[in-house]
Amino acid sequence: MSDTLISLKNVCVHIGAKVALHDVNLAIKSGEIVTVVGPNGSGKSTLLRTLVSAIKPTGGQITRMPNLRIGYVPQKLHIDPTLPLTVRRFLSLPRRVNDAVAEKALNDAGAGDLGKRQMTGLSGGQFQRVLLARALLNDPHILILDEATQGLDQPGSADFYAQIAQVRQNFGCAVLMVSHELHVVMAASDRVICLNGHICCEGAPEIVASAPEYRALFGSGTQGALALYRHEHSHTHDETCAHDHAQSHHNENSHDNSEATL
Amino acid sequence: MTLLDDFMVRSTLAGLGVVLAAAPLGCFVVWRRMAYFGDATAHASILGVALALAFNVSILGGVLSVALIMALTVSALGGRGYAMDTLLGVMAHSSLAFGLVAVSFIDGVRVDLMAYLFGDILAVGRVDLLVIWGGAALVLLLLLARWSALLTSTLNPDLASAAGISPRREQLILSLALAMVVAVAIKVVGVLLIAAMLLIPAAAARPFARTPERMALIAVVIGAVSVLSGIQLAFQFDSPTGPTIVCVAAVLFCAASVMDFLRANRI
Repeated sequence: MSDTLISLKNVCVHIGAKVALHDVNLAIKSGEIVTVVGPNGSGKSTLLRTLVSAIKPTGGQITRMPNLRIGYVPQKLHIDPTLPLTVRRFLSLPRRVNDAVAEKALNDAGAGDLGKRQMTGLSGGQFQRVLLARALLNDPHILILDEATQGLDQPGSADFYAQIAQVRQNFGCAVLMVSHELHVVMAASDRVICLNGHICCEGAPEIVASAPEYRALFGSGTQGALALYRHEHSHTHDETCAHDHAQSHHNENSHDNSEATL
Repeated sequence: MTLLDDFMVRSTLAGLGVVLAAAPLGCFVVWRRMAYFGDATAHASILGVALALAFNVSILGGVLSVALIMALTVSALGGRGYAMDTLLGVMAHSSLAFGLVAVSFIDGVRVDLMAYLFGDILAVGRVDLLVIWGGAALVLLLLLARWSALLTSTLNPDLASAAGISPRREQLILSLALAMVVAVAIKVVGVLLIAAMLLIPAAAARPFARTPERMALIAVVIGAVSVLSGIQLAFQFDSPTGPTIVCVAAVLFCAASVMDFLRANRI
C-alpha cells in the first residue's frame, strides 16, 4: 500500500497580493501520518485548505487519486447561536446519512451519546469529536485535521490524539494534521513537514528535529520538542540558514523539563 | 372568482404570499448575520422604483434589477479592504438618496412615495397577487432545491468547499432570493418594513426550534399569524396595515423571548 493519495507539484498560493505558499512539493501516501509544523503565518492552514479545495492554487499542480475521499476537520468552526442544530442534523449536512451510519461515526469518534445535543451546547472536546465523526462519515482515505486540539486543555488534547490513533487503526486512513504540540507530533508522526511559506525540511521526526532549518524555526530548546529528547548532541548553530526566522537560543538548557511533558 | 373581489381577501393572500417566502429566507438572513443586507436591498429598491417610473418600465423589473446590481456589487467588492457593513451602508444610503432625488425630477407623474416606503397592502390587485405568489413560489423553490448546500455554506464555507459546494454561488443565490422577495413585498409592507418581515418571524421562532427546518417552519407560522391578525387589527382600529402587521410580529417576538426566558430559568 504505497499509492499516492494526493500530490502537489510546485504549488503556489496567493492570498490577496501576498504569497502564502510557494514551490510546495508534497506527496501523501495511503496510511501514513504526516504532521505539518511551522510558525504562525507560515501557511499551514492555507496548505490544508488548498488540499481540501477551499482555496485554488495560483500556480503548480495538484493531483488527487481518482475518487479520493477526504475527511476534513477544520481548525475552528464557529456555529452561530442563532442557528439551531442538533448533532445528528449536523452530520446530515450537506448529504443526508442514515441513522446507522451516523451512529457508527459518532461511536468511532468517541461521541456516541451526543446525537440529540445542540451543537452550540457542546464543550470544546465534545465539539471536536463531533467534527471528527463528521469527517469519518464517508469512510475517508485521508483525514485532514487543522490544529484540531486548539483550545483544549492538555488531557483533552491527549485524549483527542488517542482517538485519532484509534481511528487510524480502525479505518487505515492516512492522517495529515497541523499541530503546535511538538511532543505529540514527534511521537506520533511517520513524517514531519516543516513549513514556512515553503517546505523548509521534511522527513522522519528525528531527522527533521535535527535539521538546521527546523532549529532555525523552533530553536533547539523549544519546550516539548523531541529534538531535545534524542538529538541534543547534534545541536548546531547554523547561521547559513537562508531564512530570517527569529532565532530563539535563550533557553537551550531547558530540555530537562520538556522531557517531563511526554 | 367573487372571493378575490373582496379587498380584505386579496390583501390577506398577498401578505401570506410574502410571508411564505420571507420567513424561511429570513432564517438565513438571521443565521448569516445579514440583517443589514435586507435593509440595504430594500433601501436600494427606492432607486429601482424611481428608475422604473422614469423609463416607464414595470416597478418590479426596476426594483429587481437595482437590488440585483447591489447584491452583485457588494459580493464583488466584499473582502477588498472594506468591511461588509461599510459597503452595505454606502450602497444603501447612496442609492436611497439617488432614488429620492431621481423621483423629484420625474414630472407628469404624481408619485406617491409613501406608498413605496410603507406599502399599501389594501390596494393589492389581482395582477399584484399573481406577481407576489409567483415570486414567492420561485424563492421558495430556490430555497428548497438548494437547502442543504445553503445550510452547509452558512455553517462554514470551508466545510462547504470540502464537500464540493461553492460558498460564493450559494451567497449569490441568497442575494438573488433576497432581491426577489424585496421586489414583490414592496407593495405589501413597503421598503422600510420589508427587513422587519424577514427578521422578526425568524428571530421569534429561534427559541422554539431544535433544527433549522423546524425554525423555518415556525417562522412561517409566526409570520402568517402576524399577517392575519395584523390585517384584522388594522381594519378595526383604522391603522396603517403594513406597520400593524409588523407590530403584531414584534409583539409575538417579545412573547417568544419572555417564554424562552421563563423556560430557561424554570420559573
